[in-house]
This record gives sequence, C-alpha cells and structure tokens, in this order.
Amino acid sequence: MRRQVAALIAKRLVFAVLVMIAVSFATFSLLYLAPGSAEQALIGPRPSTPELIATLRAQFHLDDPFLVQYWHYLNGVLHGDFGSSIRTAQPVGEMLSQAAPVSLFLGIYAFILTIVVGVTLGIVAALRHRTAFDRGVVGLSVVGVSAPAFASGFLLMYVFAVELGWFPAVGAGEGFADRLSHLTLPAVALAISCSALVVKITRASVVTALEQDYVTFARARGLSQRRVVLAYALRNALVPIIAAGGMIFTGLLVGAVLVEVTFGVAGFGSLMIDAVDAKDVPTVQGVALVFSFVIVMVNLVVDLCYLAVDPRIRMQGRIA
Amino acid sequence: MSAVDPTVALDVELGAEAAGVSRRRRRWPPISVLLSFVLLAVLVVWAIAGPSLAPHDPALQDLKHALQPPGDGHLLGTDQLGRDVLSRVMAGARTAFVGPLVIAVGAALIGSFFGLLAGYRGGRTDAAVMRVVDLIWSLPGLLVVIVIAGILGGGYTLGVTLLMVLSAPSDTRLIRAATLEQRPRPYVEAAEALGLSGRRVMLRHIWPNVLPVIVANSFLTFAFSLVGLAGLSYIGIGVDPSTPDWGRMLSDGRGLIWDNAWTAIAPAVMIMVTALSMNLIGDWAFEAMSDRGRRR
Repeated sequence: MRRQVAALIAKRLVFAVLVMIAVSFATFSLLYLAPGSAEQALIGPRPSTPELIATLRAQFHLDDPFLVQYWHYLNGVLHGDFGSSIRTAQPVGEMLSQAAPVSLFLGIYAFILTIVVGVTLGIVAALRHRTAFDRGVVGLSVVGVSAPAFASGFLLMYVFAVELGWFPAVGAGEGFADRLSHLTLPAVALAISCSALVVKITRASVVTALEQDYVTFARARGLSQRRVVLAYALRNALVPIIAAGGMIFTGLLVGAVLVEVTFGVAGFGSLMIDAVDAKDVPTVQGVALVFSFVIVMVNLVVDLCYLAVDPRIRMQGRIA
Repeated sequence: MSAVDPTVALDVELGAEAAGVSRRRRRWPPISVLLSFVLLAVLVVWAIAGPSLAPHDPALQDLKHALQPPGDGHLLGTDQLGRDVLSRVMAGARTAFVGPLVIAVGAALIGSFFGLLAGYRGGRTDAAVMRVVDLIWSLPGLLVVIVIAGILGGGYTLGVTLLMVLSAPSDTRLIRAATLEQRPRPYVEAAEALGLSGRRVMLRHIWPNVLPVIVANSFLTFAFSLVGLAGLSYIGIGVDPSTPDWGRMLSDGRGLIWDNAWTAIAPAVMIMVTALSMNLIGDWAFEAMSDRGRRR
C-alpha cells in the first residue's frame, strides 16, 4: 500500500511540473500578446534609441526563433532570473521576494479566518438544521458571496479605521504585532467573501453525515454529542471540504489581488496591478508564474490531505 | 435527542418538509426576493434613463463645490471634481447593468449550444466539450482576465468578452446535466421516432425544457460578472476614466475617505446590494425549481 501512495504522489508531482511548464509557456507568450512588437513592449515608456533596441534584442534573444527564446526564458527562471522590471529597472526576482512575506502573511491569516469561521458556522448550522439560526447562517453566506473583498474592505476601512480608529487604514506594518493589526481588516474582508463557500459545503456535508447509520449507531452506543459530531460526522464531512480547499484558496488569491490595492498593502497583488497598469510585461510574467506555482502546490497539498483523511483513496491508489 | 426513536424523528421531519413544500408552492416568493426584484426594476430604469433622472448632470464639474459632505443640494455630497455623487451612482447603473446582462445572456447561449450538444450527442463530442470546460474551470478566472486585459490594454468590451468566455463553462455544465436528464424522456423518443433532425430535437424540444435552469443560472452569472467587471474598472482596466462606473468610482473615491467617504461608500454598497439581489433571485429560482421537481 505504501508503494501505491508513493506512486500516486509521484504522479501528482509529474502533473504539477507539466502544469508549470504550460503556464510558463503561456506567460512567456504574453510578451507577444501585447499590442505592438515585443521590443516595444520591453522598451516601455523609455525613449527608443537604436542602442537600447540592440541591447534588448541581444538580452532577450529576440533574433532567435520563438521556441529558443522560450528556452532561454525558462532557463533563466529556473536559475531565479525573471528578467528586470520595465517600470523600476529592478530585477523582478528581487521585487517578488520583497512582496512575498507580506502576501504570505495576508494569505495565511485570511485562510485561517476563512476556515475557522466557515467550518464553525457550517457545523453549528448543520446541528441546528432548519432552525432560525440555520436560516440566518445561510442568509449571511449569500451576503458574503455577494460582497467582493475590494468593496467590503473599503466599508470595513471606513468604519473600523476612520470612524472608530481601531485599526490602521493602509500599509502592511513592520514586525509581527504591527503587521497583524495592519492586515486584520484586509484579512476579514477576504474571509467574508470566501468563508461563504466553506459554510455552504460544511453545512451540506455535515447534514448528510449526521443522517448516516454510523452516526445513529454511535449515538445508540451512548457516545457524547461532542464525540459523535467531531469524531464521526465531521471526519467524514471533511472530504468535500478538503476537496474544495484548492478552489477556496484560489478565491482568496484572486480576492487578495484587489484587496491589497484597497488597503495599500505592498504584496504580490499590488505588484501585479502596478505592473499591469504600466504594461510591465516581465513583472506580470513573474507574478503570474508565482501565482500559478502557489496554486499548483496548494492543489498538491489538497490531494495529500485527501490521502490522509480518506483511507478509501489510499486503498484504491487514485483520486476520484 | 437520545430519547426519540431516530426513524420516527426522520418521518416527522420529512412530513413537515413535504407540507412546507406544498404550502410554499402557492405562496409569494420571500420578501427578500421581492425586494431584489424591486431593486432590479430600479436598476433597469436607471440604466435606461439614469442621467436624465439624476438631480444633477453626472459629468458636470464644479471645482468650487468639490468634496462637499452630504446635504445642501447634494444628497451624497460631491467628489474631487465637484460632481454630484448621487447622480454618478445613478448614471453608473448603465455599465453595471448592460455588461453583466450581455455576459449572462452570451454565456447562456454559448452554454446552451455546447451543453445541448454534449448532453444530446454524448460520446466523443461530450468528452471533448467537457475537457475544454474542465480546463477553463480550473483557471483562476478573474486573475487570467486581469493579466490578459491588462496586457492588451483593457477596455469595457474586452472585459465583457473575456468574462463571457469564462462564465460559459458553468452554463455548459449545467445545461449538459439538464439535457442528460431530459434525454431518456418519452417526448424525446417520440420526436426522434417522428424522424426529426437532432438539431430540431435539441432546439425545439429539449431546449425549452431546460430553459428554467438557464434563466436561474443567468442571475448568478449576472452577480458574478457584475463583481468581476467592477473589479476590472476598480484597477483601471475596465471602463475609460470619464465613464461613471461603480468600480471606477470606488477606486477614485478610495483616497477621499477622510474628505467625503460617500464618494466610495455609495458605489461599494451598490455593487454589494446589486450582487446580493441577483444571487437571492437566482437561489430562489433554483429552489423553486427543485421543489417543483420533488412534487412531480
């Protein structure tokens, strides 16, 4: 059985590498998607002198065939060289590593809030199925789905930063405590829009699990409500929640791009938006690569969690 | 809980639900859905005649009265150029309504075409269509739109087109499932026995029967694309700067939070309330349909 698990992991890793190659190819093609020629895109707002054009053509191997250019690009990326930004002339790799800690903090913070709030509300709503509380939670989740983080974030900022002054309005802060207080409002805004999905899935799967015979049997054996819910119903309800993990994370990522702009947080999202604004193709390529790497990795982790939670998949050696 | 025989509890619950269903059949939709329809009507009126109904010209600048707080002839105050915020919100209903409407209808048509084809023909057609659907489905949609629209230079039409393509898979999937459900019914067999062409069976016989699903889902697509389009305008790659648009207003008003926060609060609330109404209507329509299915 251990061999099966190893084979499954190997298969997923190969798939992840293939996806990354496809994405890198797609982002590389962005250079040619931009209006005008590739060199124009690379020159950007700078004055175009013959020297600059010559340098760029040499630097980006523009005289080589497309696939050879792509090979040079891929080779550079694998060695940590993402090219340099048109907007700031800084190496893209450097800008990415500056943005990473902020975005990582915001992402993890929002993810924890989303899961904790979503799963808790989902379980309680399922336990009080068809009561006023349940209907209230379902109603709230429709509100959450309809509240994009960039809009709800502004309202949170107005109420909690401007009117009440509880949290700072903009920036990412220095040090752990300061960062925590700076990133609370953006994380809450993200959690509002993303936890709705978690609530929906948790509620539905716990309701189904509670109707199963093994739960009735566990109750008949006189186990405590707590044990029945957490050890029997929730463990079985976890599978669909984990299955949606990748989707939830992707939702957070997309929301974070816009909410970082709202709160002036200098993470990947702000970097991406500034780059898109300035048609800074190398930076857009870099951020897009990082995003897809993160998404692929998260989906890999989701698959592994699947293995840990559901022994049926371990036995069959495949993920349905 | 332990004192009650669980099977009895189950029966009681099922009975209550069945009764609830039949009662709900004759009742009006819940008040939240009715209010959503009212808002939808207001939105349509604003989208058609917003600028002429507005108390002020939405584009009229008055720098002497810039950044006024609410009150004094301007219910929501004025923005940094002295334009009336309320009038701009009303005029902004146009881009907030037309784009999502085009996306919802377009995605429904694309989805109908591929969904009917995949569900009715099955086999290789089905496999091919679903492969593409899964591929688009797995993309982080809005992110892809931001990157592509950003590199291509943005614009409202481009945003609408991209979001339509990204929304179509959800319709395709839904319509394929509904078609698969209709496929084995006697009326389809009867139509086929009459020697009608596959195209005619799909369009004239199956399509009208899956239409309710399509309409219900269109409201959800509307909500999703309203938020998506507003997001694109918010980061400056949607509408052009002079157009009154909620996403754009939110972006412009963000920096005025200390002067007249209403320049941004109003569009933010409009985006959320409109999306909420559409989601409520869509959810209600789906629920009403599944109730009807259960009764049959």
